[in-house]
Amino acid sequence: MTILLFYLVLGLLLLGGLFAYSLQGKPRLSLRVGFSFAVGSAVAGTVLGIIILLTGDTVYTGAGFASLPGMNRAFLIDPLAAFFILVISLVSLAVSIFSFGYAEEYIGRHNLGMLGLLYNVFLLAMVALVASGNTFFFLFFWELMSLASYGLVVYDHRDSHVRRAGFVYIVMTHIGTLFIFLAFLLLYQTAGSFDFEHMAQFGRQLPSGFKTGIFLLVTVGFGTKAGIIPLHIWLPKAHPAAPSNVSALMSGVMLKTAIYGFIRVVMDVLGGGSAWWGILILSLGTVSALLGVMYALMQHDIKELLAYHSVENIGIILMGLGAALIFQGYGLPVLAMIGLTAALFHVLNHALFKALLFMGAGAIHHATRTRDMEKMGGLLKLMPWTGFFFLVGSISIAALPPFNGFVSEWLTFQSLLVLGSAPLSLKLNILGPVFGGALALTGALAAACFVKAFGIQFLAQPRSTQAANAKEVPRSMLVGMGILAVLCLVLGIFPSSAIQLLNPVTLHLVGYGSIQALGGYAWLNPQIPLLPNLSYHTMIAPFVLFVVLALGALLVYRVVKRLGHGGTRIDETWNCGGTLSPKMEYTATSFAKPIRIIFRRILLPKRVVETEYALGFHFTRSLKYEGAVKPFFEDILYRPARNVFLKVSGKMRLLQSGSIHLYLGYLFITLVVLLIWAR
Amino acid sequence: MLAVGLTIFQMLFVLAFAPLLSGIINKIKAYFQSRRGPSVLQPYRDISKYLQKETVLSEHTSWIFRITPYVYFVAILVVTLTLPILTTFGVLSFTGDLFMVIYLFALARFFLALAGLDAGSAFGGMASSREMAVSAIAEPALMLPLFTMAIAAGTSNLSGMVEQMAHGGWPALTPAHLMTFVALFVVGIAETGRIPVDNPDTHLELTMIHEGMLLEYSGKQLALLTLGVHIKQLLIFALLANIFFPWGIASPATGFQVPTLLSATLAFAAKAIGLGVVMAVIETSMAKMRLFKVPDLLMGSFLLGLLGLISHVLLRG
Repeated sequence: MTILLFYLVLGLLLLGGLFAYSLQGKPRLSLRVGFSFAVGSAVAGTVLGIIILLTGDTVYTGAGFASLPGMNRAFLIDPLAAFFILVISLVSLAVSIFSFGYAEEYIGRHNLGMLGLLYNVFLLAMVALVASGNTFFFLFFWELMSLASYGLVVYDHRDSHVRRAGFVYIVMTHIGTLFIFLAFLLLYQTAGSFDFEHMAQFGRQLPSGFKTGIFLLVTVGFGTKAGIIPLHIWLPKAHPAAPSNVSALMSGVMLKTAIYGFIRVVMDVLGGGSAWWGILILSLGTVSALLGVMYALMQHDIKELLAYHSVENIGIILMGLGAALIFQGYGLPVLAMIGLTAALFHVLNHALFKALLFMGAGAIHHATRTRDMEKMGGLLKLMPWTGFFFLVGSISIAALPPFNGFVSEWLTFQSLLVLGSAPLSLKLNILGPVFGGALALTGALAAACFVKAFGIQFLAQPRSTQAANAKEVPRSMLVGMGILAVLCLVLGIFPSSAIQLLNPVTLHLVGYGSIQALGGYAWLNPQIPLLPNLSYHTMIAPFVLFVVLALGALLVYRVVKRLGHGGTRIDETWNCGGTLSPKMEYTATSFAKPIRIIFRRILLPKRVVETEYALGFHFTRSLKYEGAVKPFFEDILYRPARNVFLKVSGKMRLLQSGSIHLYLGYLFITLVVLLIWAR
Repeated sequence: MLAVGLTIFQMLFVLAFAPLLSGIINKIKAYFQSRRGPSVLQPYRDISKYLQKETVLSEHTSWIFRITPYVYFVAILVVTLTLPILTTFGVLSFTGDLFMVIYLFALARFFLALAGLDAGSAFGGMASSREMAVSAIAEPALMLPLFTMAIAAGTSNLSGMVEQMAHGGWPALTPAHLMTFVALFVVGIAETGRIPVDNPDTHLELTMIHEGMLLEYSGKQLALLTLGVHIKQLLIFALLANIFFPWGIASPATGFQVPTLLSATLAFAAKAIGLGVVMAVIETSMAKMRLFKVPDLLMGSFLLGLLGLISHVLLRG
């Protein structure tokens, strides 16, 4: 029964893609058909994911059409896969509805049939990839996902920046795939099967050196796709280049498939490893989170800013995962469960609020035709609903209560605190809270960044005519954003509903269900047996908090209304007696300036000021200011690597002279060598 | 029922005492500066004056500007309900988690910073930008000492941490506690916007951080925000006083008779005023720092917090 639902998900996406492509002569119809099928499939996928997570069953298809040797399972949907299908479906539901209105701007400019085809194939590849029962299928759909998303990134291909971003993306993603290939081949060699199920039986008994090798390969491989620093460089290029509905999917969901692959191989197939794996992942996560948010603060292209926040949030997810791996290495499954729950919950939360924010950026672009924050301002009055949803997304990503980001960050904090008190090594006891301090800094910087992102774009006066003439976007786009905004609040108030869904996942992966130690109806309460039993358990009650906040606001409003007797008057902003102009407002660049100066040794800012004088030194005719942050990783890592590559290629070119005689000579020599050697 | 009563009592005490504490600090500062200074009741008079005044709204502001005083005040008020100030036995003490408290402060700050940008004047924007930068670098220095205390107590619930410390008596006070206390005190200065990080008395545009965000507010909205700021200061003092020196606080172990509650109230007031005297001395004897020297101060406080953590882990035995 459930397996039919799975076929329905894939089938609808396939049909949606094909219909959209075949209707390309009628763009409006093609758009509606293509995204309608995607919506239908997303609904089916949501139901499928919830059914499997509630029952805890594993559903699979037999070899059937996959009758290659070493493959017994074509698709296998266990709770882990079901959770990721749920994440993909929830986000794609909202994004597909959003796309009805959003994609209209491409009518007459680009081929909408192609968009419908690639969009549906992209979704199909992601669902099929997490449902794959063997490495062969996994890699096939992984590659399909990469190619479909490449096609979507370069959709606006007449722009040379977009083509260049697409090139960087496809190169980086294939470097990552190479490492995953190697890891899977090594696993096949020992397990003698492509099946994940089969590998999991052998994987746990592998020699530790071998396991470590596979762990490192998948860390690099999946790390490239997830965008951990320093493998992140494609991310801030590709996300802004793609259409916004695609960026929402790429950032919200596609990065998560890499997290899925990592968990599948490291925690399921290998069954965890030594504690230093966890320390490595925790450190990588911390560096990505901190540098990600710092670079994000320096951007004034809203989509680049959001892309760097993806780097940050992947870092936070990896911090939870790293803590889980450390505890697993020490044989403490209960504590590993808390880290894993934090990571997976943050996967869901980040998918929701990041897709929401990217859709918000798309809506702003739809209304103003620009992504430059310095040209915006005052949009809240012109686009009230978009503004409201963007605010919800901003509060959620800044991890403020009572929204969902706070709960998963709280769980991550708890797992880091337990690192400080659990019976581990002294070094870890000290390192755990220090990583917690880094997470606190990340959270506070993210809050600063979203004060900037929301405040500069939506508040005060418009800074350009484009912004002043902005209009609210069509209803379908608002519905898409609204769905995710509501989910952000619901998961923030009732986090235990998500924890309940995660129960079979953690039970399967670390042998300890999340509901056993975390739960209760509306609060979170890790009853950790290792800690002293106190009269107060460590817990938060988000629902109670929400009710108290709401009642408190009502009470305060009522009381203040009665007090005093002053009226209200609308007047101008105080400006030392001068007239206020939008040019006087703080800009995105100036807002981030204190942080740029404080962290100058990390960010390495540079600025160029060119002044042109009219008469003497005192009369400035024009002033040109340029500020930028040094692209550190491009400069020290990628440029040298590219130069070496080009140099080697240059040497190789000597062989390829273009002379047919020489080529015939190569053939002859090869033939002789082969005859001698392979006699 | 008892818990509900205690929580309401605690809230009323905080609402009544918070402005007085600011008045007392100002009076002590005046004493050290050889001035007579305003009466200790001046903060109450200010608030009641603002309540009588007309509210002037800037024409450029949006609803964010109008809801911010309420969001700010309610977030601070909810912290008052969950924090162990006079008693650890409040009706909401079970959810008084340290992360929740810190992030509720962050929620209040988030909206205040947005409101600072909303009117479109450069002063508000400058203040928002500085406030977010200073609070960001203060965050790790604030969290690390609290982590150490949470690990020492075995829970991140603040009432649990306070009870744990209160039962321990003098032996519970280790070198780690003293180091983390000093570290947290420095952050407390930054969080309450006092010299050498910020100057609460100034309305000079280029030096102010916190005041700049309130510049466009008037009337009832300003009254609400001003009271909120007084309460926030008291709450920070309560964190400092009760986590490290909780003696005197009413807990299930001491019972909740009227004399106990009275002595708990007096003990807390004495501790808060004691901290206020230290703040006043620091404010009088130091000059405000350049903005970009503040990170060095907070870095020092972070390192002290780290030393506290290390000494806790090493001496745990």
